[in-house]
Amino acid sequence: MTTPKTLFEKVWQRHSVVPPASPGLPTVLAIDLHLIHEVTSPQAFSQLETNNLPVRRPYQTVGTMDHSTPTDPSITRDHWTVLDAIASKQLDRLDQNCERHGVPLHGWGSNDQGIVHVMSPELGLTQPGFTIVCGDSHTSTHGAFGAFAFGIGTSEVGHVLATQCLLQHKPKTFEVRIDGVAAPGVTAKDLILAVIAKNGVQGGTSHVFEYTGEAIRALSMEGRMTVCNMSIEGGAKAGMIAPDEATFAYLKDRPHAPQGAAWEAAVADWKTLATEPGATYDKQLVLNAAALEPMITYGTNPGMAIPVTDTIPDPACQPDAARPSLEKALDYMALKPGAPILHQPIDVVFLGSCTNSRYSDLEAAATLLDGKKVHSEVRMLVVPGSAHVKRRAEENGLHEVFKAAGAEWREAGCSMCLAMNNDKLGPGEYAVSTSNRNFEGRQGPGGRTFLASPLTAAASAIAGRVADVREIL
Amino acid sequence: MEQFAQLTSTLAPLPIQDIDTDQIIPARYLKITSREGLAEGLFSNWNDDPNFVLNVEHYKAAKILLAGNNFGCGSSREHAPWALLDHGFRAVISTRFADIFRGNSLKNGLLPVTVDQPTWHWLLEACERDPSTEVSIDLETCTLQLPEGSGIAPVGFEVDPLAKSCMLRGTDQFGYLLEHLPQIKAWVAEHPAPVDTRPIKSA
Ligand code: SF4
Repeated sequence: MTTPKTLFEKVWQRHSVVPPASPGLPTVLAIDLHLIHEVTSPQAFSQLETNNLPVRRPYQTVGTMDHSTPTDPSITRDHWTVLDAIASKQLDRLDQNCERHGVPLHGWGSNDQGIVHVMSPELGLTQPGFTIVCGDSHTSTHGAFGAFAFGIGTSEVGHVLATQCLLQHKPKTFEVRIDGVAAPGVTAKDLILAVIAKNGVQGGTSHVFEYTGEAIRALSMEGRMTVCNMSIEGGAKAGMIAPDEATFAYLKDRPHAPQGAAWEAAVADWKTLATEPGATYDKQLVLNAAALEPMITYGTNPGMAIPVTDTIPDPACQPDAARPSLEKALDYMALKPGAPILHQPIDVVFLGSCTNSRYSDLEAAATLLDGKKVHSEVRMLVVPGSAHVKRRAEENGLHEVFKAAGAEWREAGCSMCLAMNNDKLGPGEYAVSTSNRNFEGRQGPGGRTFLASPLTAAASAIAGRVADVREIL
Repeated sequence: MEQFAQLTSTLAPLPIQDIDTDQIIPARYLKITSREGLAEGLFSNWNDDPNFVLNVEHYKAAKILLAGNNFGCGSSREHAPWALLDHGFRAVISTRFADIFRGNSLKNGLLPVTVDQPTWHWLLEACERDPSTEVSIDLETCTLQLPEGSGIAPVGFEVDPLAKSCMLRGTDQFGYLLEHLPQIKAWVAEHPAPVDTRPIKSA
């Protein structure tokens, strides 16, 4: 009898090209899909050229431009070379590198351009059972399809370009089970913030999360991507969800998904990927979705999250080891221990990023904003995750809802998630953001971020303060 | 990458937990297309503070950073180890490193040394009390030698065997991977590419 296997173990085994020759050595792991963008790839191409090596499998790699591109619709590429010459040069380099090595690229202004983790799934490139890597930590997003997907450094980007393989040590497994049914107003973002608040930002280190349970099964594919996206914020190498009917329905007829007879064969194969009964994980965490509320962060890492109705923790009540970090975070955020987070005034609302910029995120926020106004003291940016999301939103009039409410309707990109372009918070400004990182200065030097769901973001935009969306549902 | 065998140095203490790679090097420094010159951006969010450890005269020359738990979490940017190396650090000691940062560091000759809580506390106290306190790292034997008189025996740490041999020789892991190209080619012959990224039609 063979030992029952987890989803992760099956995907790992399928891609093991050369197992470790002796204990402690890495496995040579085959990579099915490699995503690249302008920021973490130039030095990798240089490494290739220094070694006089070609890109081995150019059609298993695909590029986009997302991190530093402007999202102000009035900025042309020519203008951008003037506004930000250094960032612009990096974009030119990606154009040249892809051209020279025959790597497909959805570049500036192209129909399929978008945040790398939004673009790949919507094109059907992301598929169950794949190994997927990108020089970007939120590659964990693609695990929503039952892929083993993880972020890599630039040296490794070079390794994949040259060999379509990576040297990897096998991570451990960690089941994150969320039972029960989430109440209205409690979204995928709230589930994952609750997981990280409970398990800590380092709790998943060296592990792959597999999300299971009723509340996970009930999520749409876009919700599952939100959950898997933030696995890295819990320290995990990747996050995975076994493919099911929702996965297949999402992928059917996407441009790069298998078609015709190949589709049937693929689905039959994908159905064999799920974790078998009796398989064990190295660690486990169980939550009940029914007990969760909308979550929001108050500090400077995503684990510093509380229910929106809760008060800001007091460093004096923390264990010694945790106290200095919390004091430092509250000092940076200029928040008082013991104060409620609800009704905290805000300056900016950012609806975007690879966590929450898909069509359903925009639609959820637009439903709340329809016929209402963004508070007069608040600037709201709506940044669709991809050109495709943007077109679909415009076809359905969402952009008119946002504009009528007084929000800015932008081009697709990472934007204020990492503030590499001119979308930034000013020093001391508070923002409710649907992105994934509230690190010091992440959204602009001195900027202060509250991470929350698109619903909480929209409700807060209207109120001009941190709001509990359940009050207006 | 520079060879790493032994290192004797003072320590720069940065006892904050969960220092993410955005703090090590903020995104605005990532627009470059080379690996050089990143020291300028190292910890630049904190650099204006005259009390920040790298602004304190007697910690400036330290080649070892003593950092809080879960160092290097967040973004996968390899610019983080590049910036630490460019500043002159050759090793970081912590009680835990985030996975991607750890891998990136080992590929560039920056040694992550994981120690237990008591050792970490001892080091912190020692370098805060006397900034001239030196420790020695021996990669061959994977030991951290505390100063004479500390009364503490050399502390062992773990480095995976491939990363260790690469660092000792000053070669990167790329060569090791390339040695496997024949096996990779044989595998690929039996496993056709499951995807073709060339544009088909607009989604
Ligand atoms: S949206 Fe933010 S987290 Fe996502 S890929 Fe872009 S910068 Fe990274």
